[in-house]
Amino acid sequence: MTPALSIDKLRVVYDDFIALKDVSLTVAQGESFGLVGESGSGKSTLLRAVAGLAPVSGGTIDVSGQRLGKSRDKAFYRQVQMVFQDPYGSLHPRQTVDRLLLEPLDIHGFADTEKRIQRALDEVGLGSGFRFRYSHQLSGGQRQRVAIARALILEPSILLLDEPTSALDASVQAEVLNLLEQVRRDRKLTFVMVSHDLGVITHMCERLMVMQGGEEIERLEAGDLATRNVAQDYTRNLLVASEGFVRDA
Amino acid sequence: MSDTTMTRREWLLTDRPQSRTQARLGRAYVTWRRFTANRLAVIGLGIILLLLFVAAAAPLLAPHSPYIGDLRNARLLPPSSTYWLGTDDQGRDILSRLIYGSRLTLQVIVLVAIIAAPIGLLVGTAAGYAGGWIDAVLMRITDIFLAFPKLVLALAFVAALGPGIENAIIAIALTSWPPYARIARAETLTVRNSDYISAVKLMGASPMRIVLRHIMPLCISSLIVRVTLDMAGIILTAAGLGFLGLGAQPPLPEWGAMIASGRRFILDQWWVAAAPGAAILIVSLGFNLLGDGLRDALDTRSGGQ
Amino acid sequence: MNTLLHVEDLRVSFPTRTGVVEAVRGVSFALGQERLGIVGESGSGKSQTGRAIMGLTPQQAEIKARRLEFSGIDLLKASPAERRALRGNRIAMILQDPKYSLDPVMTIGRQIVETLRTHEKVGKAEARERALDMLAAVQIRDPKRVYDLYPHEVSGGMGQRAMIAMMLIAGPELLIADEPTSALDVTVQLDILRILDRLVIDRGMGLVFISHDLRLVSTFCDRVIVMYAGKIIEELKASELSQAKHPYTQGLLNCMPKIGADRHPLPVLDRQPEWLL
Repeated sequence: MTPALSIDKLRVVYDDFIALKDVSLTVAQGESFGLVGESGSGKSTLLRAVAGLAPVSGGTIDVSGQRLGKSRDKAFYRQVQMVFQDPYGSLHPRQTVDRLLLEPLDIHGFADTEKRIQRALDEVGLGSGFRFRYSHQLSGGQRQRVAIARALILEPSILLLDEPTSALDASVQAEVLNLLEQVRRDRKLTFVMVSHDLGVITHMCERLMVMQGGEEIERLEAGDLATRNVAQDYTRNLLVASEGFVRDA
Repeated sequence: MSDTTMTRREWLLTDRPQSRTQARLGRAYVTWRRFTANRLAVIGLGIILLLLFVAAAAPLLAPHSPYIGDLRNARLLPPSSTYWLGTDDQGRDILSRLIYGSRLTLQVIVLVAIIAAPIGLLVGTAAGYAGGWIDAVLMRITDIFLAFPKLVLALAFVAALGPGIENAIIAIALTSWPPYARIARAETLTVRNSDYISAVKLMGASPMRIVLRHIMPLCISSLIVRVTLDMAGIILTAAGLGFLGLGAQPPLPEWGAMIASGRRFILDQWWVAAAPGAAILIVSLGFNLLGDGLRDALDTRSGGQ
Repeated sequence: MNTLLHVEDLRVSFPTRTGVVEAVRGVSFALGQERLGIVGESGSGKSQTGRAIMGLTPQQAEIKARRLEFSGIDLLKASPAERRALRGNRIAMILQDPKYSLDPVMTIGRQIVETLRTHEKVGKAEARERALDMLAAVQIRDPKRVYDLYPHEVSGGMGQRAMIAMMLIAGPELLIADEPTSALDVTVQLDILRILDRLVIDRGMGLVFISHDLRLVSTFCDRVIVMYAGKIIEELKASELSQAKHPYTQGLLNCMPKIGADRHPLPVLDRQPEWLL
């Protein structure tokens, strides 16, 4: 089976700063793959490079066996969609939910927009009461649901998730993670998820890559973290830090 | 449902609008309430509405003809019960000329706004979003226009095109778009890398669509504010051209030209120049107050609450 | 233990278009030389509680309390000048993002020196000396270099340390830290906490640690107050957090994904209307 996403020696350079240094990975169809690291590790840059939002200066990206060029065409965006970290920044401040969801349908020339918008809102558990609200009339969790609905409305097969819950409260995070798992099951989606939170990544992903300074540190199965089966000190430090504060005796 | 028991205000302010129209009206209502909370802005709006009314109803309001004066009996009369603001050197009623002159003023303002604002908006957003050499070329052109003093450039245009109100309008419009382009570009630069624009890009939208449908609406409010604040300057430039004899030609009752002709009698018959001067002052003030109010009401950053 | 801060029945309310909104509804606690955690989700009133103590509540808001007392000083009766003198000198506050709290056009060193000299009469040379010592105390490796840097030239973790140095230079007795580490990476987060921890132990400072992160608070603080909708719904020893009684606290603890626990779907919080009472 052709992998959903296959990246080979991907390099991203901003001016003279190398954000991503020859990173390779393969994600099978229907798999959920996690990228973990601290700020500056290049994990978000990798997602953005796949989406066409970061300048690729070396290496290749294949989506479902198709090599991606410099620019992305409409068909690509039917296949790959993204959910951003900050739900306060990813919704246009002057558009209603209705308008936000209509836009992708309009761009791709869908006819049954009314039905699709309704269904998209139902799928993320928002209902029609929210359809004509502006984003400032929504809570953080509701905004992220709208962002997920927008990403799903084009029926992509791959969803890129850039820290989708790090700006949310813990109780809302649980709801959004459950929603993401459910849509993945229902639609047989492939996930590539970025997070700094090891707990979230092991909960959501089967395999993960630990990154630091734009490079791969090591690659793990979700179970490895629970059993502490890690090889690198960096990963071990992250694991210890994720358990909270330890007072020196 | 409780729709029937809802007051109109509740319907507008509801958190759960039922239709596109309701959402849009609700937003407009909130903006309106923010605007009306500013007393001075409402006064400014009042002045502008009054100007519109006077211009529309000029033939009904004017007590005398603005063009034909009574040269024999009514030259340079001080304000009286027949001539409320006195008469000029041609024996024409100044009040009537002011009332008809408001039409010229409005014409200048509206045409300049219609020509200059869209040019500026288009140039600015295109330059800001495209970046690279397109940005460099467009902005250097803008800089060239900005480098000339407005009135001098307008003078040069009028000298080339010939005096007259239409040419004055074109000249003013061509010299006033660069600041709008700068504003639109600055605004575009702040939003072009935001996640919500990235999200639209990820929908597969073309650059054209992103600029026209997603970036321009964000720039428009600050542009409206700036245009409103500039109105006063436009009126003054038009009046300045009129004063120099390069704008509206006699006998048109343009306010600047009226001041120019009143200048000769300013010591003995002060009202001839003072009345159009006061009119310019009041209308300029009106636009400034309105602009200030709009700035607060349309500001998205403070919006929402 | 001598008590630094008494808060009794604190209420903060904001007038809005649709009526008065009470952000804090009757919060009471006392603080000694200890680490007190205030936990809650957004909108629980935890930040407004901290701001009310600090005197940073927005002007239109109304603060009421039966008692709001800092080492014998009634904070509600204190004049603005008296509160200013307290602020930064005896009570200090650290905010979430150093980028908004540091002056972008002044070097870090100068900001620390200015803070010191508004509260104490010290010479320039001595002030510089103390600022450098303070930077070293918050574990900045090269204080002399950082002293001359502008806030935008340092990383988030470094900026937060500089911010802490500035807040602590006057040697406050009470520190209110509002999500001081939420914008930072986990490893940096723990460094900052270690600095705060040492200050509490060495200087006997009182610390109010406001955070949304239950796990962090429970490992770092001595006592934890859990807030929901402007009220304290539970107060307990940090070490006993896992035995929390209130369903809200239990729910919060429960809904976080944990390494090694395979729970699909995650339990979600079932908010009960009676929690609001």
